[in-house]
Amino acid sequence: MTRSVGPGLAIAIGVLVAGLLLAFTVGRYPVSLADLFAVLLAKATGHSADVAPAIQSVVLQVRGPRVLAAALVGAALAVAGTAFQGLFRNPLVSPDILGASSGAALGAVTGIFFSLSVLAIQAFAFAGGLLAVAAVYVVGSVVSARDPILVLVLTGVVVGALLGAGVGLVKYLADPYNQLPAMTFWLLGSLASVNVSDLLPLFGLVALGTAVLIALRWRMNVMSLPEEEARSLGVATGPLRIAIVAAATLTTSASVATAGIIGWVGLVVPHLARSLVGPDFARLLPTAAILGGGYLLVIDTLARTAAEVEIPLGILTAVVGTPFFIWLLTSMQRTWS
Amino acid sequence: MPISRRGFVAGGSAAVLLPSITGAETVRDSTGRDLPIPGKVGRVFPAGPPAAILLYTLAPDLLLGWPRANRPEECAYMLPDICMRPEVGRLTGRGNTANLESVLALKPDLILDVGSTAATFVSLAERVQQQTGIPYALLDGRFDATAATYRTLGELTARQNDAAKLARHADDTIKTTTGRISAIAAPARPRVYYARGPRGLSTGLGGSINVETIEMLAQNVAGASQGGLANVSIEQVLLWNPDVIITIDQEFAASVRSEPAWSSVKAVRDGRVHLSPKMPFGWVDFPPSVNRLIGLWWLAKILYPDKFSEDIRMLTRDFYTMYYHRTPSDAQIDHVLAGRD
Repeated sequence: MTRSVGPGLAIAIGVLVAGLLLAFTVGRYPVSLADLFAVLLAKATGHSADVAPAIQSVVLQVRGPRVLAAALVGAALAVAGTAFQGLFRNPLVSPDILGASSGAALGAVTGIFFSLSVLAIQAFAFAGGLLAVAAVYVVGSVVSARDPILVLVLTGVVVGALLGAGVGLVKYLADPYNQLPAMTFWLLGSLASVNVSDLLPLFGLVALGTAVLIALRWRMNVMSLPEEEARSLGVATGPLRIAIVAAATLTTSASVATAGIIGWVGLVVPHLARSLVGPDFARLLPTAAILGGGYLLVIDTLARTAAEVEIPLGILTAVVGTPFFIWLLTSMQRTWS
Repeated sequence: MPISRRGFVAGGSAAVLLPSITGAETVRDSTGRDLPIPGKVGRVFPAGPPAAILLYTLAPDLLLGWPRANRPEECAYMLPDICMRPEVGRLTGRGNTANLESVLALKPDLILDVGSTAATFVSLAERVQQQTGIPYALLDGRFDATAATYRTLGELTARQNDAAKLARHADDTIKTTTGRISAIAAPARPRVYYARGPRGLSTGLGGSINVETIEMLAQNVAGASQGGLANVSIEQVLLWNPDVIITIDQEFAASVRSEPAWSSVKAVRDGRVHLSPKMPFGWVDFPPSVNRLIGLWWLAKILYPDKFSEDIRMLTRDFYTMYYHRTPSDAQIDHVLAGRD
């Protein structure tokens, strides 16, 4: 497949820029373009803008952080999905394949169950994601098998189901008037409660995970080959696999801890990116990141503007993602063959 | 096989399936179902928290247990021996935690449920009654039906006099508070945002059981769309720009003043963010039962300070004494009013 990276990447960047513009300019609170640019310019230059404080607070404290978080979470999930799809050589894989989302969900509902603070709930979710994947990995590697990848996936599915049962149990025991709605909202995914202080840790973790994956891009190409072929090309598949899983899990857990469970982005966006720039990870990873950020920006803008009430992201991504994915399957069968 | 034969003859009618008890009379519950009530009701199984609280306020001795065990801090405001009765799970609502066999093992004379009287819950009540042979009373849990619900419960438990007293008090509370502000047209009433969740971004939509008392006295900013609980964005709250914020979340109440995103909301600027008391039961919702009656006074005083000069401490003492059967100390009243748990 000879595809030039230019147009594909340009489309992805176009989507991100359009998403950013759209997300910044529309919202429930009316902010004029002039005010928006005045506030952003003032922020950039360090001056104070001559704009009503309510509008400044909307742009800098509410919409700004949310827009940035949406872009980061979208990028993180898309990158993780791309890495896992490559690692498992399977187009149906998404970032929660090794139990990161289920683990984070169990961590978060446990935090809500014990009425912990938002920060603690996020920390629980993050730790839950990491622990779940670590457990899957340890169990998967104890089982010696000819096909370590298959064992890993199966272990992920089984542990994910167990964690799902744990989530069910905590919801069952939760107080139905206060905790249960909070858990349901959390599990459906939302960026409604993002604030400025969430951004730095999110950015740090996503950047770290993405940087590791991009540094491993050439080896990831080799990992897409069957195990024996990869080994014969001199790649230490074991340690490399750990590095990829760890980096992808870091970005997934960080985004789940911030935004709850958001499906589809990590499944659909890698396919879209692949159709734009081909399977080479050197260009696939950045394209997927940019495209994922743009996609979730558009979705989140819909989520917060369509009605007075927030529409959960998990629902919107599925409603938008399913028809899109079906279309993708019918129109680009050749990419996987 | 007397029951099945009779059931067969009667075509499966629930009322006939119930064991016949001499001297049994029927009482009509809020859904219009006639329940055969044994002569003396001595043990009542509460189907959920609102039912347990309602029954505790009227006839604590009949309460078999609580849907969830109470904490010792909560029992400081109630009759200790009743408050410490065991956890029996809940029967309806979102998911059963009570097993029908363990309900039967407790040998209740009556199952009491207070809440929605929608078809789902009527059919659930009907089904449990058929399965267990125990009369299952479903009473209306809406706040403005409190007095009627007390009277029905009084008939079901043969405590008509006590029930009439509580019903009158509930009626008086609602009539006094709403009557004093009846001259204020709806659009002139304070615009209130009800904040739940640690970041204050869950709220009750119009007509939701969580905001019944707020909507009785003021405008619910989220009342334009009907529904239950929903998440909203801060931008939406900024757009609503409520005059008053009522919250049940301590963390949110503590952090909202220093949260830059909330600083331009009128209620925050004016210092009108109020943390609802919650001991032993919440004053605004949570659970939505008669515990909201004292909350109505509290809300009225917050929303219309010049119209309600009553001392909330006195009202609290009287309400707790009358409904929770225990007079709180001054220190306890301070603790309650501070919204701590």
